[in-house]
Amino acid sequence: MTQVGSMETGAKAPAEVAKPVMSSQSKTYLASLALLVLVLLAWQFLPPALGVPKFIIPTVTDCLIEMKRMLLQEGLVGHTLSTALYTVLGFAIGSLLGAVIGYLLGMSEFWEKVLSPYILALQIAPKVAFAPLFIMWFGYNAMPKLLVTVLIVFFPVLVNVLQAMRTVDRDLVNLARAYNLSRWGIFMKVEMPSTLPNLMAGLRIASTLAVIGVTVGELVGGNTGLGFLISYGGGQANAAMVFNAIVLLTVIGFLLYTVLVRIEERVLHYLPKAQH
Amino acid sequence: MALEFRSVSKEFTTGTGQNLVAVKDISFRVNEGEFVSVVGPSGCGKSTILSMTAGLYQPTRGEVLVSDEPVSGPNAHVGFMLQKDLLLPWRDIVSNIEFGLEARGVARAERRDRAMAELKRCHLAGFENHFPYQLSGGMRQRAALARTLAIKPEIVLLDEPFSALDAQTKLLLQNSFARTISETGKTTLLITHDLAEAVLMSDRILVLSERPGTVVAEIKVDLPHRDEPLQRRVMPEVSDYAGQIFKHLKLEEKAI
Ligand SMILES: Nc1ncnc2c1ncn2[C@@H]1O[C@H](COP(=O)(O)OP(=O)(O)OP(=O)(O)O)[C@@H](O)[C@H]1O
Ligand SMILES: [Mg+2]
Repeated sequence: MTQVGSMETGAKAPAEVAKPVMSSQSKTYLASLALLVLVLLAWQFLPPALGVPKFIIPTVTDCLIEMKRMLLQEGLVGHTLSTALYTVLGFAIGSLLGAVIGYLLGMSEFWEKVLSPYILALQIAPKVAFAPLFIMWFGYNAMPKLLVTVLIVFFPVLVNVLQAMRTVDRDLVNLARAYNLSRWGIFMKVEMPSTLPNLMAGLRIASTLAVIGVTVGELVGGNTGLGFLISYGGGQANAAMVFNAIVLLTVIGFLLYTVLVRIEERVLHYLPKAQH
Repeated sequence: MALEFRSVSKEFTTGTGQNLVAVKDISFRVNEGEFVSVVGPSGCGKSTILSMTAGLYQPTRGEVLVSDEPVSGPNAHVGFMLQKDLLLPWRDIVSNIEFGLEARGVARAERRDRAMAELKRCHLAGFENHFPYQLSGGMRQRAALARTLAIKPEIVLLDEPFSALDAQTKLLLQNSFARTISETGKTTLLITHDLAEAVLMSDRILVLSERPGTVVAEIKVDLPHRDEPLQRRVMPEVSDYAGQIFKHLKLEEKAI
């Protein structure tokens, strides 16, 4: 690492003269990268040095070797793709349902009041605990994990949309009414765009939860997916396998999140950015 | 087009179920092309008057008439503008100005033409593709005026449109609003806290009492240059008029 750093400063010296201070963004990138390298180094060398056996904490190289074995012998690609597919599918269905129902309830004060205690109760209930129930109902197939994911994704989106619909500027709605917009027109041109920032925030939260939903679904039942590999690896005392599955799950969640952030930047371009 | 209130009262039901009389037995008339200001203490029902004229809600008693027709709902002849500019942050300025035309069957190309014309009139040429956050407060208010005028209203309602602006911007904007409004010959009702503003811009001033608001005085402003508040400003009579309104508001009695 230190070598890389010095090489870089050496090679880029002329450029740095033109731009005296390193931009704060590249500074934070470098710091993050340095931290990652540090953690990986500690992971690689600390456990053996402390005499921790590798079925408790496998080193980085152990994990990489196991990763290769999983690729060749356990059908890792298939498991990863299956998990990614159900994560995206569950996320899409759950957030679509959450948004649609959120907007419908947001337009009807009556139904919102009638349903709000139940929504609160369901929001508090630990959704992953439904997984065994779904397996009892639907058997060992893809349905239970999809349902858990849909359920877990649904609420943050619903609640965010509902909250935003309640706080749409009344004066803006009145202006639209004064301009003869229909109920649908007011929704499409005022309410829906006003609530977009909250919807996007809800989707971001939901994307991180989607991975949890799928993982739990796969942990409790079925024989595909990274969640299954976790329980399988756990049963065989293969800690490296569990670690690898966790890393891949994180990558899936991270990719989904990143895509959403990109979309959000596009969609919400009109919000003034804080100037640094 | 003229605007008339006939013995209008408005009651609201508050959250606790009580009745709150916002305005009581208000009658006045604004003639075609006239500029009338309404001043009064905070909470006396000025914005309520504006909302009833815009047709957002009905009076509890009495009648609101626009060109001798009772107002029964939002009305294509009335445009209003508030202290908040109410620009849609996700639309650029020209699309914001078009907003009021979209539900009124104006073809897309004509919408754009009319919006661009209003944009020019309100001195915003060159900013059509900017977003609201890229404009200053005064420019945003001008964009809001452009949007209000784009629907070609016969009656313009202004609810403290300048009160969020700094003193200089306010003067300049009052001047440009006054000129635009007199050029287009709109009937205008301006609600304001600022006594000087009322004198500088109006033909006539209605003074309201504390809630429940009723008209306690009607002052005719007999000064030239209604289209040029900056010129009126230097006239000695202005402070006399302001003093007169001041008396009617009985502010001295309330001072502790
Ligand atoms: N929708 C409403 N529901 C209940 N009460 C209302 C409603 N709108 C206004 N009021 C009440 O009516 C009274 C008059 O309100 P209004 O907004 O017209 O006052 P205003 O003269 O415009 O005040 P300000 O100068 O502070 O803007 C206030 O007491 C207010 O609380
Ligand atoms: Mg008001």
